[in-house]
Amino acid sequence: MSEQLDAGLIAERIAESGELGEPTGAREVGRARRRKEDARLVTGRTTWTDNIQLPGMLYVAFLRSPMAHARITRVDASAARVQPGVVAVYTGADFADEQGSLPCAWPVTEDIVIPDHPPMAVSEVRYAGEAVACVVATDRYKAADALEAIEVDYEPLDAVTDMTEALTEGSPKVHESGNRAFTWKFAGGDIDAAFRDAPVVIERTYVQQRLIPTAMEPRAVVATTDGDDFTLYSATQIPHVLRVMLALTTGIPEHKLRVVAPDVGGGFGSKLQVTAEEVLGLLITRRLGKPVKWTESRSEGNLTVHHGRDQLQRISLAADRDGHIRGVRVDLLADMGAYLMLVTPGIPILGAFMYSGIYKVDAYDFTCTGVFTTKMPTDAYRGAGRPEATFAIERAVDELAHELGLDPIEVRRRNWITHEEFPYTTVCGLTYDSGNYEAATERALALFGYDKLRAEQADRRERQDPVQLGIGVSTYTEMCGLAPSRVLGSLSYGAGGWEHATVRMLPTGKVEVVTGTSPHGQGHETAWSQIVADALGVPFDDVAVLHGDTAVSHKGMDTYGSRSLVVGGVAVLAACEKVKDKARQLAAHMLEASADDIEFTGGSFTVRGTSEGRTIQELALATFAAHDLPDGVEPGLDADATFDPDNFSFPHGTHLCAIEVDTETGRPTIRSYVAVDDVGSVVNPLIVEGQVHGGIAQGVAQALFEEAVHDAEGNLLTTTMADYLIPSAADLPDFTTDRTETPATSNPLGVKGVGEAGTIASTPAVVNAIVDALRPYGVRDVRMPCTPERIWRVLAEAGPAAPGPGGSTASASTSTSGPAPAPVAGQPPAPMSAPAAEGGAR
Amino acid sequence: MPRITVTVDGVAYEEEVEPRLLLVHLLRDRLGKVGTPIGCDTGNCGACTVMLDGRSAKSCSVLAVQADGSDVVTIEGLAQGGEWHPMQKAFHTEHALQCGYCTPGMIMAAIDLLRDDPDPSEEAVRQGLEGNLCRCTGYCTIVRAVRRGAAEMSQAREPQEVPAP
Ligand code: FES
Ligand code: FES
Repeated sequence: MSEQLDAGLIAERIAESGELGEPTGAREVGRARRRKEDARLVTGRTTWTDNIQLPGMLYVAFLRSPMAHARITRVDASAARVQPGVVAVYTGADFADEQGSLPCAWPVTEDIVIPDHPPMAVSEVRYAGEAVACVVATDRYKAADALEAIEVDYEPLDAVTDMTEALTEGSPKVHESGNRAFTWKFAGGDIDAAFRDAPVVIERTYVQQRLIPTAMEPRAVVATTDGDDFTLYSATQIPHVLRVMLALTTGIPEHKLRVVAPDVGGGFGSKLQVTAEEVLGLLITRRLGKPVKWTESRSEGNLTVHHGRDQLQRISLAADRDGHIRGVRVDLLADMGAYLMLVTPGIPILGAFMYSGIYKVDAYDFTCTGVFTTKMPTDAYRGAGRPEATFAIERAVDELAHELGLDPIEVRRRNWITHEEFPYTTVCGLTYDSGNYEAATERALALFGYDKLRAEQADRRERQDPVQLGIGVSTYTEMCGLAPSRVLGSLSYGAGGWEHATVRMLPTGKVEVVTGTSPHGQGHETAWSQIVADALGVPFDDVAVLHGDTAVSHKGMDTYGSRSLVVGGVAVLAACEKVKDKARQLAAHMLEASADDIEFTGGSFTVRGTSEGRTIQELALATFAAHDLPDGVEPGLDADATFDPDNFSFPHGTHLCAIEVDTETGRPTIRSYVAVDDVGSVVNPLIVEGQVHGGIAQGVAQALFEEAVHDAEGNLLTTTMADYLIPSAADLPDFTTDRTETPATSNPLGVKGVGEAGTIASTPAVVNAIVDALRPYGVRDVRMPCTPERIWRVLAEAGPAAPGPGGSTASASTSTSGPAPAPVAGQPPAPMSAPAAEGGAR
Repeated sequence: MPRITVTVDGVAYEEEVEPRLLLVHLLRDRLGKVGTPIGCDTGNCGACTVMLDGRSAKSCSVLAVQADGSDVVTIEGLAQGGEWHPMQKAFHTEHALQCGYCTPGMIMAAIDLLRDDPDPSEEAVRQGLEGNLCRCTGYCTIVRAVRRGAAEMSQAREPQEVPAP
């Protein structure tokens, strides 16, 4: 059939969705419902924070340090203050007494160094882009103009942008106390025994380059006050956590502070933050008594949105000759940037538990050192710690396969936890509740056409085709649904992980749901409506979901870590159950029956064995009228519930990527990508598919395109979307996605979470494919992002090796790791002059 | 200050504008047409795409004075008589949006793309939307939506066949 999207295909898709046509009374959960959210989004009737216009509103612009590290010796704002339209100019010194320190809520060790972090620098700047002054003016152009009239004298100090260098003697100090923020250790099993006399040891160093999350909506803040009441609108993922933190930082009492996250245009962790601009917005509105708005420009955002990743991973595997992995040792350096923001130190720690991946490993040893550098702080970015861990183990397992001359799928099969072995407690102490790696892998291999592609690969190698084919696999799992509060507590995280919901039947029988989660594209209004429609037997369209406003939703832990459905959605279900319990009591009373004899089906409570009953809508009206309530029953049909699961959830899956690499130009082209994910039970397959797609795109982007680049002085060179390449439609292929469904056992919906899975899985799949394509040339690693130039250089450095038959499985050598790549038959070993980052075999 | 006349979503406005004022700021801050968002300051993201005299334009890269005498259609003016444009429907049907921030610009760019190629291949859609970035969807569903929109728009254009007696 041609590519043409014909009417038949359209009809088929619609039929598959099960949405259109007459309602069948079928369950809503599991149905591909089109989203409620879309109506306002496709028509432009949205409330992005920057859309908010308040009467008399002023605009704030920040003057940002052009240097990564300097002492501020003088700030003169007198010329700016008298410019037309300028209402006020503030420097760090103006707010020194009231601006407090931006919070870090995750002190991972007792001796961690948490430097004071003023929202506006007072005496020293420690990264390029740090705010030193701000202008408040009557429009954004005038505010920007006035910035140019502010004079700041800086006394330059040495920058340090490299983690290893930052830890060496004599390196410039980011803070007086030195550049080590903390060292966190973790171990399980007898690691020395695992490595002692291990027949095979794989030792590799991987660079997790620094990324800029790049939500499409730049950050924006609107702050306003009315007497001693304050409202802050912010493009944030975490209105609830933000309110607590802002109250503590600014001294505005919590009950006088309302935080609203209106429509938020993407987050990916970058809006899981308490920012300087939010704090200062409140301080400025408090000083001026007027509403103020700040909107970030993209180039400002690239400098000052917290960055992600930036880790140097040294991973070692000890294995037997049959490929059985005995132990994993990880030594990690994690770049904190210049300060510790909300959860900065916790990010690499979240990864610490995932380095054993899906494998049965006897021993594990992990050390992480958090390092200060003169760069923008890092913090959560999609997957937060887990993509890094998964990358390292999935790359290393491929190296093991190569070392042993085994197919990479086969090595995984020999090590993974089999379906019968769940629940399985890993060497890292996590209990994976459910999973079926075999099923996901089988399905992925079949969809991908694995054997056929391997045959084509062999053929291309044989023919010495300048365009080589690489096949990459990643069989991943992740811990998500960030919750069990007691576990987060045991890791020194400052907040809990529970989630809250209110479900209220309104007198007319419609339903309002208040959720503590705070969506920014995940489709909560739709998915939550589906859950409620099933639980209460009401129509999908009769449910409204309220969120993102602390005046409406009084408690919550917000949205990150794939926790919304797994924790928040389950809280909604729990609240529905309470509503139903009350309705059942009322029905029993009205029908003069025992509550035990009341059945609930299709939205009606009936006396067992009779047709006598009341609909839930009738009961809602009855509790409103309250003319005849049983003794002790309060009016109203509503309930609050919180959910705090007793375990994380563990989505898993198998991603396969085929990449053609042009060995003459270095250009990699993704030929096909297959993802089979197991995210447990599915509430809305459309939303799941969308999340998987977006996740894969971001993971592919780390593998191929994105990197925040600094020069030696600490200037960010990738400040715009022209320099920092997020992929466009032309850069990505169509993804083939499918699912297996192994329900989670840690929540009654059986859901596992999906937001981060694609990102976690895809990066190693892509890089494994590129390295696989280049193995015949003696290449063992390509540092991310694997740009054409980098691939070309790695090939050039590997020497003039030519591909031959056999490829990745040609070498049956099981030698222990050495610095040189395994020689290809008939070829001299490639020189190892490349830096570790490029050669990767150190 | 220059005085300009510009028609936006069918309403004529006369405005005094600074010569440096960007069209997108005129739309958003002065005329309250906030349906068109801003995603970058380099003309790379396409979030701000509107129709300027019938062709798509990145309104962050056009000065308000350049739009003098022009007809601008934003996402807010796309629906006709309460009916969504087929492309709006197609984005909804194919779940071609998540946060929706890129969506107004994507829809505008997609409609313009079909003017030159009413029946684009997947490849043509991907190339044609290169100037519009989306961070959420991975583009698969956007590509499907554009092709669905194209199919539905061409169906709407084709004269209805008279059913055989
Ligand atoms: S805002 Fe106009 S192209 Fe990005
Ligand atoms: S839907 Fe979020 S940027 Fe496209």
